[in-house]
Amino acid sequence: MEKYLDILEIVIYGSAVALILIGLYGTLTKKSLIKIVLGLSIMDSGIHLLMIALGYLKGGTAPIFSKGYENAADRMVDPIPQALVLTAIVIGFGVTAVALSLVIRLYRHHDTLRIDEIKNLKW
Amino acid sequence: MKKYIVLGLLAVLGYYLMNVFLLIDFGMPHFAQGVKDVYLSSSENVLQVSNVVTAIVVNFRGFDTLGEVTVLFLSATAMSGILYKKRHDIGDRSILFPASSIIRAGSKMLFPTITLLGVYVFVHGHLSPGGGFQGGTIIATGFLLMLLTYQNYSVSHNRLVWVESIAGILFVVIGLAGYFMKGSFLENVLPVGQLNDLFSGGVIGIIYVLVGFKVAAELIGIIYTMLHEKG
Repeated sequence: MEKYLDILEIVIYGSAVALILIGLYGTLTKKSLIKIVLGLSIMDSGIHLLMIALGYLKGGTAPIFSKGYENAADRMVDPIPQALVLTAIVIGFGVTAVALSLVIRLYRHHDTLRIDEIKNLKW
Repeated sequence: MKKYIVLGLLAVLGYYLMNVFLLIDFGMPHFAQGVKDVYLSSSENVLQVSNVVTAIVVNFRGFDTLGEVTVLFLSATAMSGILYKKRHDIGDRSILFPASSIIRAGSKMLFPTITLLGVYVFVHGHLSPGGGFQGGTIIATGFLLMLLTYQNYSVSHNRLVWVESIAGILFVVIGLAGYFMKGSFLENVLPVGQLNDLFSGGVIGIIYVLVGFKVAAELIGIIYTMLHEKG
């Protein structure tokens, strides 16, 4: 059981850090605006995974007092990171929507999505 | 060249991030333990809400949720402002192609079911996993299916604005009722009922239904704006 938890810890924290780094890499090196927005979105999901993992409890159940779980309060996982991630997902959606509409507007004006070809910042 | 510099920097960043996170005991009760206990016990005993995440989102941090819904509204407004075009420029939806008859018949059958599932999810938000945001998103996917299948399926923009505004105003009115009757914004003013009943938790169920309507209207508006965009 202990060994299993160690592997789980490395897998979950490792994939959260990997998602954050992949998103950062895409944002820093890619030239296409769509790929930059995708990189931001991937970075978002890495952070969500990390926050959920911080609230995990060994052998815990979901924080819901459904029938048969009325007295299980001491083995429930932490509900606060889950509520925060619910907020963060919605805000991330709004940010992505606005960023994509800015990309559409830029494409309409410059006829290209590559940021190295958009030189003049006048609209 | 630039690629390798970035990769090196990211490797250093990843090494230190990983080392920091491995210091935290995984699966052990560690940080903010008292806060968690207070939320769990008062959600079960005071509010009689089974889903503690819902209790936190709508009651303990209800003001935060009001701001979150406002951010969603703001992003929908910003999108339609950024993508604004003069009326005579709006043409057909040229990115779409006609759907086959299987998809037409299937989406007609699926649409009421998807809407029903969405309504179920946000009505039972305080009893089971789910809630206003999730249910609203499910309803918006039903409308996305109809908009992608039928070329001339249209949603009345006025009606969306009305649904959204009425839901938002009622949210604030419930909050103000708590302020005037109990002394703080979004305080519970209704009887709390029994744990695991549909009518439990006082205003939490009502607020989550309103949030569901509001989120659904906003998402349908965003999808509609994006689909009518010709690039």
